[in-house]
Amino acid sequence: MTMLLTALHPAHEEAGAQLVDFHGWRMPLRYRTIADEHHQVRRSAGIFDLCHMARIEIDGADSGGWVDHLITNDLGAIAVGQARYSLITNERGGIIDDIVVYRLPRSLFIIANAANRTRVIRWFEDHKGTRRAAMRDRTMELSMLAIQGPLSAEILGPHLRCDPPLDSLKYYRAASGTLFGVEVLVARTGYTGEVGYEVFPPADQALTIWRSVLQDGRIAPIGLGARDTLRLEAGMPLYGNDIDEQTNPLEAGLEFAVKLEKEAAFVGRDALRRIAAEGPSRRRVGLRILGPKVARHGMSILDGDRVVGRVTSGAPSPTLGYPIAMGYVDAGSTGGRLDVEIRGTRVPAEEVPLPFYSRTRRSSGRTRRS
Amino acid sequence: MVVPKDLKYTPTHEWIRIEGDRATVGITDFAVAELADLAFLELPARGAVVERGERFGEIESVKTVADLIAPLSGEVLEVNGAVSENLDLLSDSPYGDGWLIRIRMRDPSEVESLLGAEAYERELEHKGA
Repeated sequence: MTMLLTALHPAHEEAGAQLVDFHGWRMPLRYRTIADEHHQVRRSAGIFDLCHMARIEIDGADSGGWVDHLITNDLGAIAVGQARYSLITNERGGIIDDIVVYRLPRSLFIIANAANRTRVIRWFEDHKGTRRAAMRDRTMELSMLAIQGPLSAEILGPHLRCDPPLDSLKYYRAASGTLFGVEVLVARTGYTGEVGYEVFPPADQALTIWRSVLQDGRIAPIGLGARDTLRLEAGMPLYGNDIDEQTNPLEAGLEFAVKLEKEAAFVGRDALRRIAAEGPSRRRVGLRILGPKVARHGMSILDGDRVVGRVTSGAPSPTLGYPIAMGYVDAGSTGGRLDVEIRGTRVPAEEVPLPFYSRTRRSSGRTRRS
Repeated sequence: MVVPKDLKYTPTHEWIRIEGDRATVGITDFAVAELADLAFLELPARGAVVERGERFGEIESVKTVADLIAPLSGEVLEVNGAVSENLDLLSDSPYGDGWLIRIRMRDPSEVESLLGAEAYERELEHKGA
């Protein structure tokens, strides 16, 4: 199967990026070391090629009802120029995808995971009924770039005109504007735990914008490797690792994106109401691994001799200097000190609150010694 | 790829410096480059016995973990504490300050099964290094 190339592919090749196959796309895993790129975003700024993500637009008279019927969040509470994180759930409350929904002046815009693009489109089509609405997959004609890090506003500011202006664009708000003269949608959203923006230029302008942004020496390109360590530190789930169709949003700690009492009945609501009433049977936790080994997806979490859960994501934390992991434990488990079985060895761990890293709460994290 | 001529090698990318009945073991420049994002290193304790062909430790990078395979059997006389604390020593000087363990060989005839520099370079060529 040939991989799709993003509009930025020539830049990745020129930069000597290590490329990997990722859900049908050839993507940069890293340009330098993952740790260097990670620190770059936390300390300065980084630019990410996110063209692999699905970009779907829905419009028409009944578009609101259609979307509201399939997402857990309340579309009615999203005003024009706002975005909200949401889940798409099946009849059992299992997560089909985690998405961001934007209400634009004349349409609804959904960003879905690359892995689920076909599934999400098919799910929407299957649940359209007789509604007067149209769905357009704009993944190929639009590109998506993220600029994230404490200097992102300073770096973009001189080149980005939008309304409202960039420095008053609030978190999870979107605006249209121009970046280096190219028309873009810009949103203050991200997956890193730092201040940042996601921009959507036409695909044929993406490379020019990428190169123009990188004229500023304070920003560097960031690959999927660092994207993963950044989001893990920020406690954000990754579809396929931490959430999937066998996981419901309540046990995943995503109840903030589930509005069980919203007016529109949505697919999965009844199942989620039952789960909410009984309490979820397991819960997502953060773990600090107390030994120099990295816990990874699939490893068992033990309380004494009992297996109480499983790790779903894990990596060394570049910012904190110790291995961190997310996973699920039985709801009855009191957490505290646990063990993780790592390649035949029982390694002590302790449950810690998520997120592991927060830019607003300077935690006890220390930087790596070397 | 740097492959010093005076060392011996294994197909699993360990290097060995033989001095009498002592052998110093590390991992090659190629292995370090492949791992890229070194995160943690696990080495045996002094006094541990290692067996040729068996795992004596592991090295973890952000994305993956790799076993360190003992090229020779013997007793661990010294462990490089500095490199566990500072993995930059391994990336900057894999054949020097980045050495991993020093052993007293139990069976010096095992040295015959190690690769010379040219043979190791041919291994790397096959990998497209």
